[in-house]
This record gives sequence, C-alpha cells and structure tokens, in this order.
Amino acid sequence: MNPAVLIASVYVFALAAFLGYQVISRVPPLLHTPLMSATNAISGISLIGSLVLAGATHSRFAHILGFIAVTAATINVVGGFGITDRMLKMFNKRKDEVKTAPAAGASK
Amino acid sequence: MSLTSYFMEATYLVASILFVLALKGMSHPETARRGMFLAEGGMFAAIVGTLIGAHIITWGWILVGLTIGSIIGIWMALFVPMTSMPQRTALSHAFGALAAALVGVGEFIIRGGEMTVVTRGALGFEVMLGALTTTGSLIAAGKLHGTIPGKPIQFRGQNAINLVIFLIMTGSFIYFWSHPSVIAAFYTMLGVAFVFGVMLVIPIGSADMPVVMSLLNSYAGLAAAATGFVLGNNVLIIAGTLDGFSGFILSVLMCKAMNRSITNVLFGGFGAVIAEASTDAGGVMREISLDDAAMQLAFANSVIFVPGYGLATAQAQHAVRELAELLESRGVTVRYAIHPVAGRMPGHMNVLLAEANVPYSALYEMEQINPEFPSTDVAVVIGANDVVNPDARDNPKSLIAGMPILEVDRAKSVIVLKRGQGRGFSGLENPLFFKPNTNMLYGDAKSTLSHLAQAVQHV
Repeated sequence: MNPAVLIASVYVFALAAFLGYQVISRVPPLLHTPLMSATNAISGISLIGSLVLAGATHSRFAHILGFIAVTAATINVVGGFGITDRMLKMFNKRKDEVKTAPAAGASK
Repeated sequence: MSLTSYFMEATYLVASILFVLALKGMSHPETARRGMFLAEGGMFAAIVGTLIGAHIITWGWILVGLTIGSIIGIWMALFVPMTSMPQRTALSHAFGALAAALVGVGEFIIRGGEMTVVTRGALGFEVMLGALTTTGSLIAAGKLHGTIPGKPIQFRGQNAINLVIFLIMTGSFIYFWSHPSVIAAFYTMLGVAFVFGVMLVIPIGSADMPVVMSLLNSYAGLAAAATGFVLGNNVLIIAGTLDGFSGFILSVLMCKAMNRSITNVLFGGFGAVIAEASTDAGGVMREISLDDAAMQLAFANSVIFVPGYGLATAQAQHAVRELAELLESRGVTVRYAIHPVAGRMPGHMNVLLAEANVPYSALYEMEQINPEFPSTDVAVVIGANDVVNPDARDNPKSLIAGMPILEVDRAKSVIVLKRGQGRGFSGLENPLFFKPNTNMLYGDAKSTLSHLAQAVQHV
C-alpha cells in the first residue's frame, strides 16, 4: 500500500466513523436489536474479500480458506438481513380504531 | 484498469451509499424496513460487481460456499425464535469475524512477503480481532443458549493469566510486524487470539451480556474495516467502520444503563463476589390475591407494565398483551416501560413485545416514562428486579448505586409478579418489595397473567 492510498483510506475511515456516529446515535432504543443485526449483516461485506480469495487466486490452500470464508460470510449476510426484516415486520402501529377482538392474533 | 474493474468500483460506491441510507432509515420504525431493502440491494450489487470485476478464475468453491451459506442463513432467518435472538446474533458475529480472519490468513499466505509495513499492521489487527471475536462470540452464544453455564466462570489469578495471554498476543503481533519473514510469529498470534477470545468472555455473567454483545459487534466490524485496509478496498472500510461504531455506541449506552465501566464489566465478574447483602430493608412483603389485583387494575385510570427478563423466560409476552388489551377495552391507559438492559441484548425486550403484537407506540423508554409514574395508578412489575430497585437511587452505599432505574416506587400502587421470594441476579435486597404501596403476586408470570385477565373479565 503506497502512502497516497493509505492517506485516502484513513480519510475514508475517519469520515465513515463520523457519519456512523451521526446516523447511529439517532436510532431509538426501540430498534437497537434490529440495528445490531443489520450492522452485523452489513459488515458481512467481508464476503467480497472472501470471494476473491476463493476464486481469483492460484493456491489450493487459499481456495479452501476462501471457501470457508465465503460460507461463513454468506451465513452472516443472508441470515442477518433475513432476520432483521423479520423483526422489523413485527413493529406495528397501534391499531387504534380496531380495539375489539383482542384474542385474534392477526396483525395489520 | 479494465472496464469491468471500473464497474466493480462503481458497485462498491453504490453499496456504500446505500448502507448509510439504510442506517439512516433505522431512525424510525416506519422507514426501517425500506432502509433494509436498500442495504440488501447494496450488498447484492457489491457481490455481483466483485464476481464480474475481480477476475475470478475458479467458480466451484465460490458457488458451493454461497449455496451452503445461503441455506444455513435462510434457515436461521426463518426459524430462530425471537427469544433466541441474542445467541443468533452472537453466532452471526462469530461467522463474520471468522470470514475476516480467514481472508487475512489467505492474504498472508499469498503475499505475506511483499507487504508494506502499513498493510502488515492492518493485517495483524484484522487477524487478531477476527480470531478473538470468533471464539468470544461462540462462547457468548453458548452462554446465552445455556450450553455453557451462564454464571461467571472464575478462578484465582484469572486476570493475571489473561494479562499474560494478552501480552503474548500483542508481542507476537509486534514481532510479526517487524519481522515479516518469521511465519511462526503470525500463527502464534492467530492461535493465541483464539484463546484470548475464550478467556475474555468466560468470566462474564449472562446479565452483562448486553455489553458483551455490543462489544463483539464492534470488534467484528473493526475486523472487517481492517480487512478493507489490507485489501485497499473502501467499501469494506466504510461498512466495517459503520458496524464498529454502532457496536461501540451501543456498548457505551448499555454501560451507562448499568452505571458501570467497560473495564468493570470485562474484569469485574459481577454477581460472583457479592456476599454481603445490602442494608436489611426490613418490614414484610404483602401478598395480594388475584381478585384484588384484578380489581385494582380494572378500576385504574392508567397502568404501566414493567417487563424484565423474567417475562421472557416465562414466555409471558402474549399473556401480558392480552391482559393489556382487555384493560384498554375498559378505558384504562396502558403503557410499557422498557429499561435499556431489560433483555439479553440491546433492545431485546422491544422485539419480544413487538412479536406479541404490542404496538410500538405503547413502548416507552426509561427517560420518557419515569416522569409518568407519580400520576400512574398501578405499576405492574413482571420478572424485573434490579432495574426497579430504589436503592440504586436512594442508597449511595448500595452495590448498584447510581444505576438508572425505572421509578416504579413513585406510582400510586405497585403489583410485583414474581416467581418466588428470592432475590434478583445480583443477590441484592429490593426495598421496593417492602413499601406500603407494594403488593406481591407470586407464581409463574404466564399463568398469573392469564388468570388476571380472566379475573378482570369477571369484574
């Protein structure tokens, strides 16, 4: 990594940290669990590094490491996004006008 | 640069922007789901961009890995119950961190000799953080799931041993940094980091898990960001940093909610040392009959439910919602007060109640609801103890002094649902239970709540 690239990377890191702080401190405690699983899914972006390792190298050992990494990162991405969506679907507004029939489990 | 490489970089830029927009959407439940679709689109674009632009030569391993990972991921997403959300998330942290660590090892094998000092430093961080997060998260998942005892596992000289392990780890990191040709230093670092992850989490009790979860979340993100530095890839840096900071902010919030420092959580071993009980609160606990409790609730103007983790272990979320709807149909105002550490991970209780169809507008944070207690007729505490202990506010000598609490004791009357007369996880006496306006209702939370609902119907 040459110095110019390093400096650019540090800029990216610092700005992302600042932006992350601004955006994430606005997330209400109500959504902290979905937030954690969402950021976890997003950080599964190391999948793209794993793809390169598993497919664009010439060493058999690297392929195997890459294969395990691709599998693990995919679990992280697919499972993380899937479950975040399942959670967010559950957050419903108060069905104000429909106060009756509390026994029915139907939502929305 | 070839055209496909430009295309790949463009997808990375799009993905970065979409990730930020997705997290912005998380600021409100109305926009959160749409935000996640953006993030999913960004991830998809980045994957397609990589497959097109990264000069892939062998496809077999990639396709098999993507398939297996997707199957396991979909299975986890569809079938894991909401009560198990903390261990699922911990497991997911382990997978993400493992991927980062393995990418680091692969980079070391392929171009270990020709790396610059900076890249080597980033690689060291990536592998170290990745490895310790992997094993640490696995232990956390085991504890949360009950496979490993949730109690803190402690022994004499633990902190000294951990310090030695930490020094060996950082020592081999520095040695690898300055002597890239010594391959053994790299693998020593990797192995010791795996061990350190285990040692870091075993002394921590289940009740402190919200902090640990957030910290591991942060480490997993930082490992991905370090991967970005190694590969010179900006989308990895951005996504990893967002995750790292999110985890960091959550750990700080959780620590504040327990009035403890991160070092205290990690090295204090709370819940293991407390033998001396707090001041004897004295007095008697008054029991109340189901019918009297139902009467109080039915004729109240406003009721606040205060759920603790005991509610989740009793699986009583639906029972409390049914009782609440019954009361609402009688014109009672019903709200829920959620303490930040009411579950096993940040925000866990909100998810559990949302799953039971409690509307999110009825869920109130601690700061919002505390001023409302004095004008509330009945506060119903369900399976919560330390988060409603007035000693934390009034008794400076208490072990939990300074911890922010839900000020339930200021309500006009309090009904406490409790399994038995025992103490909470911290072993502290809770003066709330002895107050003249407090009544105890013993039994399993789920059956008590449904009996209460029946009794309210007959009032």
